[in-house]
Amino acid sequence: MIPASWSLLLSAVVFTIGVIGVLVRRNAIVIFMSVELMLNSGNLAFVAFARQLNSLDGQVFVFFVMTVAAAEVAVGLAIIVNLFRLRESVFVDEINLLKG
Amino acid sequence: MTILFAGLAAVLVVSSLMVILHKNPVTSALFLVLAFCSLAGIYLTLQAEFIGMVQVIVYAGAIMVLFLFVIMYLNLGRDVETGIQIAVRRGLGWIVGAVLLAEGAVMFGRRWGLGPVTPGPSRPPVGNTQALGQILYSRYLFPFEVTSMVLLVAMVGAIVITRGQERARRESMGTRAGARGPGGRPPRTHAEEAVAEPGLAPAAAGEPEEQASVAGSARP
Repeated sequence: MIPASWSLLLSAVVFTIGVIGVLVRRNAIVIFMSVELMLNSGNLAFVAFARQLNSLDGQVFVFFVMTVAAAEVAVGLAIIVNLFRLRESVFVDEINLLKG
Repeated sequence: MTILFAGLAAVLVVSSLMVILHKNPVTSALFLVLAFCSLAGIYLTLQAEFIGMVQVIVYAGAIMVLFLFVIMYLNLGRDVETGIQIAVRRGLGWIVGAVLLAEGAVMFGRRWGLGPVTPGPSRPPVGNTQALGQILYSRYLFPFEVTSMVLLVAMVGAIVITRGQERARRESMGTRAGARGPGGRPPRTHAEEAVAEPGLAPAAAGEPEEQASVAGSARP
């Protein structure tokens, strides 16, 4: 039996790696991958608490999070493709159309 | 079980670090597949079999194929990340990450999850997938149906975003070709005129005309 705090610690580590990826990288696709890492760490925390509390509700929420993540990836990658057609670049610091 | 969990956790952390450290987006995506697969193994050790399988199918299968498809469609090479501004931002990013990790370690490591497993209501002696299906179709039926709506809207949105740009570009190109007058356009043969003129199939006729105008604008 694995203590739930190990899973939660692992979840915190993966979430932090995702945050660092969003802050450090400038490629929009890699930033998207870091967002996926953060969503997955949230899923891991859900599953760990579902195991700890002996309830299935956490796993149902993981199911919903996966659905929203899939929708987010489809729309976000469509936006990135569109942005690349418009600006010939996926680097987020070269995209300043909304800058005043 | 503990050794398995520790091994999978090590693979997960190292591959997630490689995702954000590697300069080539394709390599990052492949390490992300490895991270998702090891996370599926961790779900299996936490007795969430259905979630583990869905993790492999949806994340490592569908979502990563979408990522790799877009990376190869855009033909991205290695990132060039040099300069003082990027170095400063990278340092700040790592500092913020270290602070966040310290907070998470203090909160998650000490407060919760140290007690024994809650007994909870006696679950019927069925498998994880069957129990999850029962709860999903009884108590969470309405959110489950809303989920289908979310997927439908995302699908329509992705198609509209990628197709709308193309149509707008084609229309602007058509007006530009029309404003340039008849002299700037290469003469068409009679067969092309016969196909393009009746206007019964505008989608089929627009394609060669656009290519012709692109060729004409490339060689004025």
